[in-house]
Parts: sequence; structure tokens; C-alpha cells
Amino acid sequence: MTEAASPQDSPARGFLTPEPGRGGLASWIFSTDHKRIGLLYLTCIMTLFAVGVCLGLLMRLKLMTPGNTIIAPQTYNAAFTLHGVIMIFLVVIPSIPASFGNILLPLQLGASDVSFPRLNLFSWWLYVTGALVALVSIFTGSGAPDTGWTFYVPFSERTTTNVSVAVLAVLILGFSSILTGLNFITTIHQQRAPGMSWRRLPLLVWSLYATAWIQVLATPILGITTLLIFSERVLHLGLFDPSRGGDPLLYQHLFWIYSHPAVYIMILPAMGVISEIIPVFAHKKIFGYKMIAFSSLAIAFFGSLVWAHHMFTSGMSDVAVLVFSFLTFIVAVPSAIKVFNWLSTLYKGSISLEPPLLYSLGFILMFSIGGLSGLVQGAAGADIHVHDTYFVVAHFHYVIFGGTGLGMFAAMHFWFPKIFGRMYHRGRAAWAFGIIMVGMNTLYFPMFVMGLEGMPRRYYDYLPQFAHAQFISTVGSWVLALGLLLMFHNLYAGLRRGAPAGPNPWGAATLEWSVASPPPKENFPEPPVVSKGPYDFAPREHHV
Amino acid sequence: MSEKAKDYAGAKLGMWLFLFTEIVLFGGLFLLYAGYLHRYRADFHQAARDLNTLLGGLNTVILLTSSLCVALAVTALERGRQGQCLLSLALTVALGLGFLVNKFFEWSAKFSHGLYPGSAHLHQLPPGQEVFFGLYFAMTGLHGVHVLVGAGLLSTVTLMVRRGRVRQEDFVILENAGLYWHVVDLIWIFLFPLFYLIT
Ligand SMILES: [Cu+2]
Repeated sequence: MTEAASPQDSPARGFLTPEPGRGGLASWIFSTDHKRIGLLYLTCIMTLFAVGVCLGLLMRLKLMTPGNTIIAPQTYNAAFTLHGVIMIFLVVIPSIPASFGNILLPLQLGASDVSFPRLNLFSWWLYVTGALVALVSIFTGSGAPDTGWTFYVPFSERTTTNVSVAVLAVLILGFSSILTGLNFITTIHQQRAPGMSWRRLPLLVWSLYATAWIQVLATPILGITTLLIFSERVLHLGLFDPSRGGDPLLYQHLFWIYSHPAVYIMILPAMGVISEIIPVFAHKKIFGYKMIAFSSLAIAFFGSLVWAHHMFTSGMSDVAVLVFSFLTFIVAVPSAIKVFNWLSTLYKGSISLEPPLLYSLGFILMFSIGGLSGLVQGAAGADIHVHDTYFVVAHFHYVIFGGTGLGMFAAMHFWFPKIFGRMYHRGRAAWAFGIIMVGMNTLYFPMFVMGLEGMPRRYYDYLPQFAHAQFISTVGSWVLALGLLLMFHNLYAGLRRGAPAGPNPWGAATLEWSVASPPPKENFPEPPVVSKGPYDFAPREHHV
Repeated sequence: MSEKAKDYAGAKLGMWLFLFTEIVLFGGLFLLYAGYLHRYRADFHQAARDLNTLLGGLNTVILLTSSLCVALAVTALERGRQGQCLLSLALTVALGLGFLVNKFFEWSAKFSHGLYPGSAHLHQLPPGQEVFFGLYFAMTGLHGVHVLVGAGLLSTVTLMVRRGRVRQEDFVILENAGLYWHVVDLIWIFLFPLFYLIT
């Protein structure tokens, strides 16, 4: 396969072909084609990701030196709140399921679309509405929200900033997420092609299935929680107000009953992506298919029972602390099962170190560091020391940026030739990966150290003893931004001028690779009949 | 969805999942209720005396009857009796609106006694009673919104039945709307004893 090709020999455009009779934009934003909706999501998510990154860079720039620099304390509070709200609710929660899930789920099942295509479009519109309302909350009222993305009471009830509008945005986004989950569960049950038994489902589908159940069963709790904050502020119900008999602790319970399972909404689909990529580039059947599929469900189940590990310092009975601490350790088991299975798949495989595999290996490294540091906080005793410090920030960014983020990038590099029919420059993709890894670790690893030394999160200023680590961390943020720029530029260049990729450049065996790239509008010209598993690879015929 | 064969089981599955989410939505409030009942048992008993059991009971009967009506509407259409179906649906919507009218009078009576969210009178009561009324307004209010949405949904379906868009061969929309109404009813079945009968 050659990297350089003249722009003339463009591949057939499949579902990307402009529709006759409909204006350019309208043929996208009113399309019920799951692939187009998936790309709409991808575009929005990446745009908002850029916004979130800029906010993060701004905070790091402020924290580079101690004292009152660049931005005022109130602006800083708004910056970390918006960074959190945008990254969590607009980027990471929808990330892989709404974009790649939408594009790939029907293709991997051998279906022509999801079960409810119009509902699918509706949920994208809800997402856009939620994003716009979030935008409104920043620029109207008396100042952007400053509570942090957790909206903890009593502060969120009393602050004069625009929290009421922000929680409405979260409510709308939650509804969008529920509808996507509902659609996916129904699709997986109803739209499988003949021969696509549950044991032949690609592991990405299994992970989307587990994710969808969490979306459906946990997100309504976020709905009621945000609705309650709104009513507390507007109607003064007093349900969380101690002066009226309410209990702020119950708010924390409600919030985390959703928000802990939500981290599995974030990470499970990325694990599914990794499970797809590793066997393809090891050219070897996945090791422990059943255990990987089962562990997704186990994570979804146990992950719903551990929420109060965020509240060890908030006030709970010792029994409750021990139970939640124990259950938190249990969740680590299915996560570890996945990691061991991936490594066993690589073992004695015929490995080709292509960009998707590089990003997957990055995922495994970062997720392992992040996951193991999570156990430090899951342990009731150690948590007292690191609670609400930079340690938590480091842990979360290792798991979610190093995990879900790199998983998303891996997906982008893996399915890019499928979706757009072109290939990016693979050497540059590898370089971008290297720079991102260096930047990420330089940015976040010092935070582990600062956290252990007692640097509290969300503080505007810090003691001189943290100056060195803060400085290194900020330099890391620049390196990371550089890597991201290189990566996105490379993908964009591939989109415009990449060589035609052909239907199956990686030699993968799941159904989406059996159709043209980009896939035709109707997905499968002939309804497929499945007769083999998702990782039964053909003998290798090409060398890359 | 019209271009492909109608997936009856899929439509039902999707609706059931949606109903789960409704129940979990209220579940958050039931959780708060449980927590506060545990803490303020005596206050809850005392505050519940202020609620009008007769009006609450009447509303329970109204909703149960309306649930029966919507079930009859589904059966009627299944047997091809469009007229009977329309009549039952109209009755269901009327009963739903009756519930809301009743609720309106109940709430106005409370308001005129100075019992409304954030009121000064409420603030003078013991904290447990204030929380009780906070929950009362939050839960019956959210339920009321659901009754309103359900009535709107059933009205739309009534129109669709009249125009023949929902008919004997294809009535899954009516069935799903009926399921939604049953869930709204079911939630009230739990709200009623928790607020009116725990005196
Ligand atoms: Cu957690």
C-alpha cells in the first residue's frame, strides 16, 4: 500500500455522496442514516473537545506560576467548572457510543440501520440543544457556573451564578444519552443478521450493550438530581437545605448513583474498541472472548453498586464505608480480566505495529496506571489522605483521557479508512502518538506527586513547594496540545488527500469490513448471512 | 421507519426500556422519601394528617378507572371495534383531566393555608414536616406533569385512531401509549399511601 496518491483517484463516496435535491447541510442534520448521525456526533464532540482542551490549557497556564496571574479567581472557578461540564457531559459520555457506536453498530450486526432511526436523529438534536443551553448558561445571567461539574449542594443552591440553566443543559443531555442507549439495546436484540448469534457478536457490540444498559438505568437518576437542583433554586423546596430539614449528603448519594456508573459509560466502549483492534493487529483470534464479553456486563453490574466511594470523607457509617470500599475492589477484577486477555492475545501474535495498535497499547498503559491508582482511593484508609487532592485529578485524567481519550483516537485511526475510504499518513500518526504520550504523562504524572504531598484540587493558588511540579505539568500540557494538533492535522490531510484505502486495509474480519469504504447508504447491498465469528481471520495475504 | 417491515417486538421493547427510565426517575425521589421517613418518622405521620384522604382516595379511584378504560380501548381496537376504542380513549383522557382538576383544588387549598414550597408558614413547622411537604409537592407535582403528558399522548393517539393511522392491523402505538398510562397510574398507587395513608 502506498501513502502517496494523486487526488484524482478518489474512491466511491458511498453514504458520503451528496444527496440530490437536498441542500448540503439539510441532507446531514435531517438525515436518519445512522452513519451520517454518527459523523454529526463526531464533528460536534471533536469541536467541543477542542473547547474543553483550550479551557484546560488556560487553567494550566494560570497554574504555571503561583499568585494572581492571567485570570481572576472567579474566572478560574468558571474555567474548571466549564472544563468539567463540557468534557464530561458533551464529550466523554457521548464520545465513542454516539459517534462510532452509531456508525458501526448496525454495520457490525449486519443490519441496515438502528431500530429507531428517527429517535436517533432526535437524540442528536437533543444533544445539540443541550450544548446550546450550556452555552447560554455561560454568557447569560450573573456569571458562568462556578460549582465544579459536580454541582454539590449547598453551594450550588446559593451561588448567584447561572447554575439553574447549566443543570437544565445537563438534564437535556441526559435525555439524549438515554435515548441512544434505548435505541442500541433494542437494535442489538432485534436487528442482528441471520447467523449473528450472541456468541458471534463483535466485542465492541458487547461493550456497547453493557454501556447502553447503564445509560438507560442510571441516567434517569441524573435527570431527577438536576431537576431537584433546579427546583431547589427556583421553588425553594428545601430538600437538601439543612435549615429546612434537608440533608446535603443525600444529594451526594443521588449524584454519585449516576456519576459513578457514568465513568463506565465512558470507559466500557473504549474497552470494546481495544478488543476489536488488538486481535486484528496481532492477527490472532481474541483470547478469552467469553470472558471479555462477560466482564463488560460484570463491570456494568458491580459498577452500579460502588457510588459511595466518593463520599468516604463526607460522613457515613463505618459499615457502609467498608462495604463500598470492598465492592470498589471487586470492580477492579473484571477490568483486570480484560487487560490480561488483551495481553494474552498479543502473546505470540504476528504483530503489525500500526497506528491503531499504538494507540491501543497507549490505552493499556495509561488505563493500568489510572486504574491501579483508583484502588488507592478505593481503599477507605488511603482515601482519607488523597481525597480532593490532585491525586484524584491525576487518576481521573489517566483513566478518562488516557483511557477513553486514547481509545477514541485508536477508533479514529482504525475506522478512518472505513468511514472515509482514504488512508492517513501512518508515519505521522505514529509521531503524533509519541508526542501525545510524552505530553500526557508530563502533564498528569506530577499531579500524582502533588496530590500525595497535599495539593488540593480546584485551588486557584498554591504553596511555593508545589511550584516545580506545577511548572512541569504546564509544560506537559503544551506538548500534549502539540501532539493533538499534529494528530488532527494528519487525519484532516488524510481526509482530503489520502490514498484510497480499499474495503479492508487491516485484514479485519467483522462485517463492516466486508462492504465498500465508505459503506454504501443502505449498508449491505445483499442482506448478509453470518457463518463465522468476528475474529476468524483469513490467512494473511498482504504485507504492510 | 416506514420503508422497512414494522418491528413489533422492537417497538414494545423500546417502550418497556423507556418505562424503566421513568420508574428510575421517580426512584430517585422514592429514595429521598425513604431516607427522610427513616429520620423524621413522627413528623411525617403528623404532617400527613393535613392531607385530604378523601380527595386522594377519589383521585386513586379515578386513575384506576382510567387505566381500565385504556385497557378496554386496546382490546376494542384489537377486535376491530374502532368506535368503542375511540369512546374508551375519550373517557380515559377525560378521567385524566378530572384527576388534574381534583389535584388543582387540593393544591389551592394547601396554598391558601400557607402551605407551598418556600412559604414562611412551612418554615415554622418542625423540619421533618417541612421536608414532608417538600417531597409532597415535588413528587405529586412531577406525577401531575406525567398525567398531563399522558393525556396529551392519548389525545394524539385518539386522533390517529380516528384517521385510521392506528388500526386493527397496526396498533402498537396505542398499546405503548396505554403502557405509559399504566405506569403513570402505578406510580400514583405508590404515592397515595406514602403521603395520604401514613397518618
Ligand atoms: Cu466512582
